[in-house]
Amino acid sequence: MQISTHSLWTLIHGMGFGALYLLAGSGALVLLYHRSSVDDPIENAPKTDHVLGVYLTVMAVLGWLTVLTGTYIIYPWYRATPPAGTTNLAAYPRTLLLSNPATKQWHLIGMEWKEHVAWLVPIAITMAAFVAIRYARDLKRQPQLRYALYGFVATSLFAAGIAGFFGAMLDKNAPVDGGRTMQLVNGEQR
Amino acid sequence: MNEQTDTLSAVNNGAAAAAILSAGIGSIALALFSIAADKSTFLKSLFSIYKPTGALSGVATAAIIVWLATWILLAICWRNKNLSLVRINFVAFVLLGLSLLLTFPPVGDLF
Repeated sequence: MQISTHSLWTLIHGMGFGALYLLAGSGALVLLYHRSSVDDPIENAPKTDHVLGVYLTVMAVLGWLTVLTGTYIIYPWYRATPPAGTTNLAAYPRTLLLSNPATKQWHLIGMEWKEHVAWLVPIAITMAAFVAIRYARDLKRQPQLRYALYGFVATSLFAAGIAGFFGAMLDKNAPVDGGRTMQLVNGEQR
Repeated sequence: MNEQTDTLSAVNNGAAAAAILSAGIGSIALALFSIAADKSTFLKSLFSIYKPTGALSGVATAAIIVWLATWILLAICWRNKNLSLVRINFVAFVLLGLSLLLTFPPVGDLF
């Protein structure tokens, strides 16, 4: 069982940081709802004031790790230009997608949207984390703060969903592969 | 009562207002820079601060700089103020919505 370094980084970026971010998103909205609910059972428990802030901070770290690994590690492999005369484009995903009318829109719409919309995520969630920490005890009294958090957290999830969907589809049509091959499990010798 | 206490809270909301509005401004800056880099060869080259990633490196970096600079500036200006967050939120949401729309290639290509 083998995996290439490029595939491994793609997994870390998408199935690791990105998927964890998406999984954490609905939890953030539930926590936010509980912090603002009139029936909040943890309202008078000071120790839980910062739970939402810490949770959103972890999401912000995941958001930053996702876009930074995507932009500076994986994207250069995706957009690498093949040398003239190259016929096997498997190692050049962008060129491979653009070479076929049936797949070129995955790049022209999918990657072009994904690469930019994903950067809205860390901006939105970092703001939400800051506000949740700074106004931990005040969120209940300031409904407009809660609305801002709902709006930005939900939008960050939507943007992360777009990036995640196109990331998965791009990887199905033209996987980022290559680099050093690592042996995960040795096969039995017969 | 709770719904009307935005300007009456004991804690100033200036820092939150600065964070919210600057996030909207950073988002729209990202969308506008990406369109500009797509339309102008000169800007595309200017934004290519890390060649393997191309213009995206400069577009993202410039947007982050705009976002953080705006945040710091507004935080200093509003640090002791209590503002109406209704208007701030409205403007921030409009900017965030526009940035989602403008990063969608068929819409960005209209310009």
